[in-house]
Amino acid sequence: MREITYRQAVNEALEEEMERDSTVFLLGEEVAEYSGAYKVSQGLLDKFGPKRVLDTPISEAGFAGLGIGAAMVGLRPVVEFMTFSFSLVAFDQVVNNAPNMLTMSGGQFSIPIVFRGPNGPAHQLGATHSHATEPLYANFPGLKIAIPGTPRDAKGLLKTAIRDDNPVLVLESELLYNTTGPIEDKEVELLIPLGKGEIKKTGSDVTIICYAQTLRLALAAAGTLAGHGVNAEVLDLRSIKPLDLDLILNSVAKTHRCVIAEQNKPFCGIGAELTYQIQREIFDELDAPVARVAQEEVPMPYNESLEEAVLPSEEKIVQAVYQVCYL
Amino acid sequence: MPVTVPIEKDLEKSHRGGELNLLYLMLLIRRFEERASQAYQQQKIGGFCHLYIGQEAVVVGAVAAARNNDYMITAYRDHGHAIARGASLNACMAELLGKSTGISRGLGGSMHYFDRANHMYGGHAIVGGHLPLATGLAFACKYRNEDRCTLCFFGDGALNQGAFHEALNLAALWKLSVVFVCENNLFGMGTHVERATAVKELTNRAKAYDMPSMVVNGMDVRQVRDSLRTVLDAMRKRPYPFFVEARTYRYRGHSMSDPATYRTKEELDKYRHDDPIVGFKSVLLNEGKLDEAQFQEIDREAKRLAAESVRFAETSPDPPTEDLHKYTFVEGANQ
Repeated sequence: MREITYRQAVNEALEEEMERDSTVFLLGEEVAEYSGAYKVSQGLLDKFGPKRVLDTPISEAGFAGLGIGAAMVGLRPVVEFMTFSFSLVAFDQVVNNAPNMLTMSGGQFSIPIVFRGPNGPAHQLGATHSHATEPLYANFPGLKIAIPGTPRDAKGLLKTAIRDDNPVLVLESELLYNTTGPIEDKEVELLIPLGKGEIKKTGSDVTIICYAQTLRLALAAAGTLAGHGVNAEVLDLRSIKPLDLDLILNSVAKTHRCVIAEQNKPFCGIGAELTYQIQREIFDELDAPVARVAQEEVPMPYNESLEEAVLPSEEKIVQAVYQVCYL
Repeated sequence: MPVTVPIEKDLEKSHRGGELNLLYLMLLIRRFEERASQAYQQQKIGGFCHLYIGQEAVVVGAVAAARNNDYMITAYRDHGHAIARGASLNACMAELLGKSTGISRGLGGSMHYFDRANHMYGGHAIVGGHLPLATGLAFACKYRNEDRCTLCFFGDGALNQGAFHEALNLAALWKLSVVFVCENNLFGMGTHVERATAVKELTNRAKAYDMPSMVVNGMDVRQVRDSLRTVLDAMRKRPYPFFVEARTYRYRGHSMSDPATYRTKEELDKYRHDDPIVGFKSVLLNEGKLDEAQFQEIDREAKRLAAESVRFAETSPDPPTEDLHKYTFVEGANQ
């Protein structure tokens, strides 16, 4: 095992898959000569050339649609959105053309495409650049959604996503690019299946469900709670669609208590769906109503302390755990 | 009764002399859509149904100029495009009735005809939304060094969508072999192009992207074919996109539910006078390439196939409900 950053992990996934399959290419704003706004594609232009690593104009609908068209005839594009907040100007392409094509054509055209890039709030980016888009895209059948929280998951999920014959969104996080974590050596082919969550810490008293940015918060909260005699299990979704419902139900049936730490707004957010599924399937196992920690229901303020007040935090997760444990 | 007139189904050959085939294709589209209109009024067809009647010369001329393996993509007024490319009327009508034998298995409907075998890549219903897809098809050809062009059709209504501008910019920037064919039928639904588009000459939109362009008479199948052939020949030698404004007219409303009260009977009559089928027929008659009996025979065959398509569609099964989730995702991956 070695330690690499989340940024390196994404870079390795791209490099390995481009090496392996000549139909894979990367396009997006600043991905080539600038090496990516977050330096994720460092070195790829030198290695694969401008035919396969393409700087696009600031034209999200145009290049997202171009990728989908190329995928219709068998190429496997990786489209980078500089942030998923910008994917919203390509919304029609992502939600209409990519996931609907297979059905609309009666099964004639699958779209093997990956849309990836940072998603969710970062640090004081203001209202327009802080969107956590996962609940938006989760509402469209035909899209798969991976949302890695560690370098290992970022690499393994992206590699699997690139090989998938369907449109897959890989929602990364600007706040995680610099974080490090253990990962297999490069020689090991690391493929993590879509739709499989992972217990990042086992526990017995409460299940904290988390993903991407909230994984680190949940692990920190679990550490704090351990000092207060609460043994929390931390369940990382890793994929939102397909959803690993079995893992969730098994964990909550074991701990009988559940807190969902999500990085999006609460209304119709990921936690709303999870809560429904849990109560529908294992109502009798619950010793307390499911609690949710999400953003506050406001457009993101710029001010640092106000932003902090909006975002989920370790402290908010700890408090939610106390609530479901009646402590 | 078998057809004795030499109709050439192979369009590659048809543009080397078989002009009767162009007439036949326009008649096939016309007769098919007349039947579709009837079936819609009989409530056999649901949802939206946008007829192409009046515009047939555009797609038939363009397809005759193209190679069979060139890519083609269009908007929601797509029946003519699929038929011109070689789709069977049976599959097209079955799609309108939502049957499993339809060209998109009854899952797409009127606006979403797809025919992979004939390189017809849809059938797209968000105005302008398929223009970026066209650039992607052409990008793939460039990526693989394929000698293949992409024909992208859309209406005048698409000119004011952002996706139109983004697609034209990318196509010119990356020298992609796309012919952008604007079928200007003067109306985006009920709004006249002059009330919607700030430029008087639509080709100015292409000039904004340093893209060469031309205007063709979209009611004249020969002119469309010959112009497009010149464009495509040049494009194959030197890849670069091209913009064509085909001036045409639809006789029917925007969709079946539109009585088209926004235009006068006189205007409609003027265009009917320029009907692409009537016009081309008289050209061929005058040139001695067709006689009235032959025309009647071709038309009878088109009508027969159109009528047969309704029978075929009506007797076809619905897609099975147990297949509801079959096409949400494809199984498997490129492992």
